[in-house]
Amino acid sequence: MYLFNLTNTSLLLSDVSVGVHYYWNIGGFTVHGQVFIIIWLVVFFLLALALIGTSKIERIPGSAQNFVEIILETTTDIAKNQIGESLYRPWIPFISTLFLFILGCNWAGALLPLKLFEIPAGELASPTNDINTTVALALLVSIFYFYGGLRKKGLGYFKRYVQPTPILLPINILEDFTKPLSLSFRLFGNILADELTVTVLTMLVPLLIPLPIMCLGFFASSVQALIFSTLAAAYIAEAVETH
Amino acid sequence: MDSLISAASVVAAGLSIGLAAIGPGIGQGTAAASAVEAIARQPESENSVRGMLLLSLAFMEALTIYGLVVALSVLFANPFTS
Repeated sequence: MYLFNLTNTSLLLSDVSVGVHYYWNIGGFTVHGQVFIIIWLVVFFLLALALIGTSKIERIPGSAQNFVEIILETTTDIAKNQIGESLYRPWIPFISTLFLFILGCNWAGALLPLKLFEIPAGELASPTNDINTTVALALLVSIFYFYGGLRKKGLGYFKRYVQPTPILLPINILEDFTKPLSLSFRLFGNILADELTVTVLTMLVPLLIPLPIMCLGFFASSVQALIFSTLAAAYIAEAVETH
Repeated sequence: MDSLISAASVVAAGLSIGLAAIGPGIGQGTAAASAVEAIARQPESENSVRGMLLLSLAFMEALTIYGLVVALSVLFANPFTS
């Protein structure tokens, strides 16, 4: 794999390393270690937040419980707005998990000074700037909307491929492939673009100038989490809705 | 890496991100203009308009990002180099 070495022309302050990974061999599979480290960090943080927020549930919520309740209300609204009043309840856990996990991953790259920690190869960054993570999430969404549709309508779910007319059959089948493709590329590209822009700007001007771009990246990554979960909810809604 | 392939890759990367930025740029401009118009007509609807605008801007942004993904894969993970 060819790597553009941009460090020769700069002050060695930072380094663009796309396609360099810290490989682990686990049971015959090669995995990207730097992604796993940050994912575990994010999962640990989210679990700790959930446990702290729900450990002592009271009628008049304290600050931790209140915070977790606000988060849950926000994510419930995403599911409710897309799937609709009558069907949204069983999908709250899935949509909320997607939203919180992606938000945590994106913000881990945007907020934490991960570049300070040296690892043997590659560098620590958002887990979502690895295409494998986003494709896994997008395929999960595909599996879940098929599951939702099949569970709701049985084999009658496949009738939607020939509606409104059978001529649209190829396009309807193609749609099942373009949905995960666009979902995964959108998230991957946006996060990678943010990190690359910040890295390149930091190489040119190390101080102060990259700050607005970092703020933009911080904002854009939260919007991407919102979009991913909204689209997942919309796809599920399309599969489970009854006419 | 063959020098011809690397030259063509760099030109292709520039073209893919540049061309992919045209359409979404026009679209985002139109969407923002309409949102401003809507808020000017009905200032009380500002919050919902802002939410919708951000969501749709991000969708348009995604089209440019597809071009960027192509550019990045051509630069960093080029399939035509051995």
